[in-house]
Amino acid sequence: MSPDTHHETKREPAGNGKPYKVIGTRPIRHDGADKVTGRAIYTSDLQLAGLVHGKILRSPHAHAKIKHIDTSSAEKLPGVFAVVTAKDLPDLRDKVADLGEGRVNLAHLGANVLAHGKALYKGHAVAAVAAINPHVAEEALKLIQVDYEPLPAVTWVLDAMKADAPLLHDDLHTEDMTGQRVSQNPNNASKYLLFEAGDIEQGFQSADLVIEREFKTASVHQGYIEPHVSTAYWNVDGHLTVWTATQGAFTARHQTAELLQIPISQVTVVPCEIGGGFGGKIPVYLEPVAALLSRKSGRPVRMVMSRADVFEGTGPTPGSFVRVKLGAKKDGRIVAAKAWLAYDAGAYPGGMIGPGCMCVFSCYDIPNYKVEGYDVVLNKPKTAAYRAPGATQAAFATEQVVDELAERLKIDPIDLRLKNAAKQGTQRVGWPDYPRIGFIETLEIAKNHPHYKSPLTGKNRGRGVAAGFWFNIGLKSCASAAVNPDGTVTLVEGSTDIGGTRTSIAMQLAETLGIAAEDVHPRVADTDGIGYTDVTGGSRVTFATGMAAYECGLDIRRQMAERAATLWDCEPANVTFDDGTFRCCDHSITFKELAAKLNELGGPVLGRAAVDPAGPTNGFGVSIVDVEVDPDTGKTTVLRYTVFQDAGKAIHPSYVEGQMQGGTAQGIGWALNEEYFYDEQGRMRNASYLDYRMPTALDLPMIEAVIVEVPNPAHPYGVRGVGETPIVAPPAAMANAIYRASGVRMRELPMSPPKVWAAMKEEERRK
Amino acid sequence: MATVFIPAQLRSFTGGADRVEVAGMNLRQVIAALDATHPGLAERLTRDDALAPGLAVSIDGAFSNRGLLAKVGPESEIHFMPAIGGG
Amino acid sequence: MTPLTARHSPPMKSHVTSTINGEQVEFLCENRQSLLEVLRDVLQLTGSKEGCNNGNCGACTVLMDGVPVNSCLVLGVEAQDARIVTIEGIARDGRLHPVQRCFLEDAALQCGICTPGFIVAAKALLDRKPDPSEHEIRFELAGNLCRCTGYDKIVRAVQDAAKAMAK
Repeated sequence: MSPDTHHETKREPAGNGKPYKVIGTRPIRHDGADKVTGRAIYTSDLQLAGLVHGKILRSPHAHAKIKHIDTSSAEKLPGVFAVVTAKDLPDLRDKVADLGEGRVNLAHLGANVLAHGKALYKGHAVAAVAAINPHVAEEALKLIQVDYEPLPAVTWVLDAMKADAPLLHDDLHTEDMTGQRVSQNPNNASKYLLFEAGDIEQGFQSADLVIEREFKTASVHQGYIEPHVSTAYWNVDGHLTVWTATQGAFTARHQTAELLQIPISQVTVVPCEIGGGFGGKIPVYLEPVAALLSRKSGRPVRMVMSRADVFEGTGPTPGSFVRVKLGAKKDGRIVAAKAWLAYDAGAYPGGMIGPGCMCVFSCYDIPNYKVEGYDVVLNKPKTAAYRAPGATQAAFATEQVVDELAERLKIDPIDLRLKNAAKQGTQRVGWPDYPRIGFIETLEIAKNHPHYKSPLTGKNRGRGVAAGFWFNIGLKSCASAAVNPDGTVTLVEGSTDIGGTRTSIAMQLAETLGIAAEDVHPRVADTDGIGYTDVTGGSRVTFATGMAAYECGLDIRRQMAERAATLWDCEPANVTFDDGTFRCCDHSITFKELAAKLNELGGPVLGRAAVDPAGPTNGFGVSIVDVEVDPDTGKTTVLRYTVFQDAGKAIHPSYVEGQMQGGTAQGIGWALNEEYFYDEQGRMRNASYLDYRMPTALDLPMIEAVIVEVPNPAHPYGVRGVGETPIVAPPAAMANAIYRASGVRMRELPMSPPKVWAAMKEEERRK
Repeated sequence: MATVFIPAQLRSFTGGADRVEVAGMNLRQVIAALDATHPGLAERLTRDDALAPGLAVSIDGAFSNRGLLAKVGPESEIHFMPAIGGG
Repeated sequence: MTPLTARHSPPMKSHVTSTINGEQVEFLCENRQSLLEVLRDVLQLTGSKEGCNNGNCGACTVLMDGVPVNSCLVLGVEAQDARIVTIEGIARDGRLHPVQRCFLEDAALQCGICTPGFIVAAKALLDRKPDPSEHEIRFELAGNLCRCTGYDKIVRAVQDAAKAMAK
């Protein structure tokens, strides 16, 4: 039990005004026994008769024309079942599909899965083999001869924007928000966005203090411990089944079907238990390739990425360049803000510049602003979402400039944020007014917390504060639930469970029915077993699938009220439900008792719901961190970390805390050590867990998670998404703390020991 | 009348105005009305009888998922922005 | 294509006898197969996980003669005459080990992929040091990577297991 979390709970239960019975408690997760005994089936645990193993050949060059691929020797190797290349995919030129989060260029998605004509990054998949075991598959890869013509490569976003930069795509032009071409010639910037309000010239002129700074961040990876893995079987009747590690079975099905140009009805995707995703397991990589190998070989094919493949072949988050300029009055009021952002898209367009632009000033109420952003292709893997994609890079910039303003104006950093905090009605960059949000409450709770009030003593130590925001989406979820004769309920839903959501969803159904969390048995279904459900991502599951569970519960209550009416020979409209009991006149019956009688009263009761609630639910977070910087090594030690976040309503507080702590840890890794290290030829040199340095248990202290609850009026139980916001503030909070500990402002990520040490030495020289 | 907030990149159609009031019961009607007084806007905001790819729309503070069929109230506020997802 | 035919002559296999989770086990494996591969693909003990295959993440942790090892760095043939304990052998007689129970009660897992490795490593730690400090716990478990939890609840679960086992 975590003793140090306290809730600021304003209880606003759905409907009856009484405190919750299930929501806010901490039951054991329903899949717990399997997960602590090694029995839970992750994709590569699945055994199928006749299974063969696939491996991918990847480009050693960061940028190259693929002149010819000769697979003949590989095909002849004993034990090899099939070899495929891009020519085994259908022609996807000019094909576009709506994959739930906007339209996707299928030619690009297909070429990312198997390179077509050009290799655009080291690690780009070029061919694939299926063989009797992974060792033979590796041997076969070595026999595939690829004739490359290497080209100059570019791996820094500003270099990729130069007029003489190597061009990745001959036909790529810069488009604005509406898709209108705004460039004269093909170039690597695929998008240019602009957001403006008020008059920034006038704003900056009226400011008493103007600060403008530039920031750079390196590519970092989601780092999920389970690599990508997919098993595909193309059956003799033409039906394709794919078992895979995915954050969304339905999007995986859609992407796979579109890339193979077969009807969706021909594809079933079974989401196995998944070992982390954070956004990186939303795009498909292996599924279509495994499918092609299965079709060619007639066997089920399992493909597991190596750790190096994961780093080099799957989307990291954008590296970035961000320039932020803020103008403030003496009293701390920010009157003008300007930002210029350039984000990696990776090898193909479609990165996160939109959210980056929309988040850069999203915490504050600023009347005059201008934000410009570019999405830029370059010779790195196509970027994929990583927890609040695009927001962390922007916050690293803005939250440091805000910190500098606070220091120069001699205003407490939290007070400065309070003075400018976004609230209900605040207009923001390219965005409608905020509804009820909890940023101010979160700041105030942070300010009054013992961590903030306690003095920090000792040499080379400093405290940093930062804030973060993420939208959190809604989108579609389905749920169905059957009432069992023993009063339990079997709940079927389609949200792959990455962090305990099957339990938070079950708890919402339990609360609605007035039964115990243990009496709801949740299961995550495949694409044949439940209606369309959007991804487990965007901090949407506890909110939207929870809402589906709630609606399902209401449906069950309605049906059971009718059964009670039959039992008592009264009007269904006169049957009330309260506290787990149905009542009419002086009759009463509990849910459990009525469940036992259903077959005599008309048959089984099955509840259903399909919801599509609108986002955003608006998640605000604040970090306070104390660090010590070793002047001899530049190493930063995290002494104490407290993370605050408005969760709306924490359904299962332990798992909300878990999201806050986990996102914080990722943010700390991003801040201190993680980066894709590229050499002169544009090749990543640290594609292993040894050299891509993620935090270990020894690198972190306990992370105190304080859940703030300002209920979301748009959800029956007040839920806001929580999963993504925690990663946004930490790098900036760490930078602000490192500054106070060491005297140096680190404006590049990561703030690794050699860099901090060099900056400290430089600062000494200056003085 | 609903208020449509004009994205910065489309203000050349409205003489620099960042918002325009129009009548309409759904988004299709609203965009048609906008286009009637500011020709060319419909072509930028829509494609093939749907919202332009990559665009999202928010009506009264909530992302709409009905595209051009989204209902618009007499005092609705409408914003266009890049589509966002999550990770 | 050359599907499975008489022409495919796989490398020679070794016959290995080992004790796994208290039971005598015999298996055949190629010399190039790691213990992790043997456990998962030959013996169907899929509880130990592959995260990196080169000894950096600990998801494949098993006990070999009482010592936690990365089974991806041990060859299958090295299991000869060794006592191996995997996650499947931690619960006994249908009852969870205190470490497993505390992981559940303290919500010390999110996606669960690192959990088997942590449980095996934590059990070995507590068998050796029944009353470890927070620092000792973090040090001993630094070879097990978790990307979901930030380690806070994992450390608390180990502390609670230590208390439970002291009773």
